[in-house]
Amino acid sequence: MDLEEQGTIKRVVEGSERSRMVVLLGTPNKGSTTMIALTLTQGDPSYAGPLAGVPLGLPIHHILEPEVREAIPADVYAREIGPLEFVLDATGISAALKDVRAR
Amino acid sequence: MIQERRAIGVPVIRAARFVLAHVPDLVMSGSKPRRELARQGEVLRTQLRAHLRSFRDAVAYPPHQVLIGNQVPELLYEFPRPWHMRPMDNAPAVGAAGMIIDQDSFYAWLARADTANLIVLDDAYAPRIAAGLEGVRVSTRDAAGLARAVSAGAEPFHCDGHDGDVRVAGVVLPGHEEDESLRAPVLLENLAAKVTGALALRRLRDEVAPHEPVDFLLGSGEEAVGDRYQRGGGNLAKAIGELAGVRTPGGADVKAFCAGPVHALILAGALIAAGVHRRVVVVGGGSLAKLGMKFRGHLTVDYPILEDVLAGMAIDVVADDGRSPELRLDAAMVHRIEDGGAGHHMYGALAQAPLRTLGLRLSDVDRFAVELHNPDITEPAGSGDVPGNNYTMLAALAARAGEITREQMPAFVRAHGLPGFSPTQGHIPSAIPYLPHAILGLTEGTMTRVQFIAKGSLFLGRMTGMSDGASILLERNAQFLRKGVTS
Repeated sequence: MDLEEQGTIKRVVEGSERSRMVVLLGTPNKGSTTMIALTLTQGDPSYAGPLAGVPLGLPIHHILEPEVREAIPADVYAREIGPLEFVLDATGISAALKDVRAR
Repeated sequence: MIQERRAIGVPVIRAARFVLAHVPDLVMSGSKPRRELARQGEVLRTQLRAHLRSFRDAVAYPPHQVLIGNQVPELLYEFPRPWHMRPMDNAPAVGAAGMIIDQDSFYAWLARADTANLIVLDDAYAPRIAAGLEGVRVSTRDAAGLARAVSAGAEPFHCDGHDGDVRVAGVVLPGHEEDESLRAPVLLENLAAKVTGALALRRLRDEVAPHEPVDFLLGSGEEAVGDRYQRGGGNLAKAIGELAGVRTPGGADVKAFCAGPVHALILAGALIAAGVHRRVVVVGGGSLAKLGMKFRGHLTVDYPILEDVLAGMAIDVVADDGRSPELRLDAAMVHRIEDGGAGHHMYGALAQAPLRTLGLRLSDVDRFAVELHNPDITEPAGSGDVPGNNYTMLAALAARAGEITREQMPAFVRAHGLPGFSPTQGHIPSAIPYLPHAILGLTEGTMTRVQFIAKGSLFLGRMTGMSDGASILLERNAQFLRKGVTS
């Protein structure tokens, strides 16, 4: 996530009602999931961007997690996500998110 | 006498030729190196020069041997990467599908291509390429004269950067004092595209039915040719034809970023099928702006600068000759405005949907040609293995359709996919480099059908957020198939 995106997210979160927000990731692998999940919950781990030292603490999910899938109508999920379930490492991504939540 | 209406025919793709111009000194004129050199100067220039390849190395580079048809793409699966560590001994610079020319030959052609007398060669360099300049009126100046021209806006091109003291070989003068579209660097880009497209067309014309007239040229490259009143409105196709020495065709350009050639092939097939023309050649020249585009990644992993070639192509589309693969216009597909832009949406629309209309499955296609970027070029720059990722997506679509299991996806990729072997020359990698191999496989080989899928990034022009794409299906010629059965 580049510095500009961090700044945009910070502005959006600070300018709206945080209790009504949830982060839904579409990251492609374990590494990017961990990095972005950490940035949006505990602050930029590289201490380079506007979110350095800013723990947003938002609830965070990934589009491939089972509970997210269940919350979306099956036909919509099949159309929009479809074969990505086969392409991406859903197990690894879920594990990476669980790890971030546990920190 | 009133002419009878021409019959609607089946278009076939008869041949394709690719030409690579190895131009290491023009790497510095690529968009990215040019911008970075302006910021960082001599230190970076020295570093870049130390990573330039010789012509011999460029010829011996396995992906280039595949592109010009001396090797099959599948050979690359057997070679550990990076491929520049596996040079091919005694590799020739010419092949059944094209050729590789060196920088001196390219510069001679640049001078030949210059109808506006804007190229001036260094008077000490010109004799070196005299053989290539026969019959061409060339202006020359001494080094001091060229330096004055550069300070007045001319764009230099260099020589000997790889193995000697780099020096100016010549310059392109600005086409107009106040016209941004005719600035010297723009003209050098456009002349480079014209030359490489013309060399591919010449190769095709010389080797394939040389006495059969070409009716129409469809330019499908990405360069913007024009002046201040119609920047990008120009017609490079006819300029390419003129330089190639073909006299009979008219021509026009088709623009669709990287997907241009496949769009042009659909249009060429339609022109043949409708009887408007009997022989259409789709042409495209190389992209100077993309030379050295990913050089940072290559320096980081200590690779040579692999983006040191300009690529030109020419594809021969004719009426059914009873042998060449048929272009199935009923399975030609374009990405529509309402189609989604995600990878699986694109491939669903461009690969799966047209096959379904014919009652075919993805598994019924022998090979898919997707964007065939060489992963040795893209991976060090963080862009991943482009064909590898796209074939995984096609395999996932096959798995979701129940054609294969999820566990069979890697085998599907190997059986129906290809390793990337194309230079990152914009429209060139978009599926078409496989054409010569597919034509061989669909005639002398055992293949039945090959699908070509191109994607384009329309959003790059800031006019839309959309992506684009187009696909065509080639099948073994029905007449040829029958002959094969009876003989």
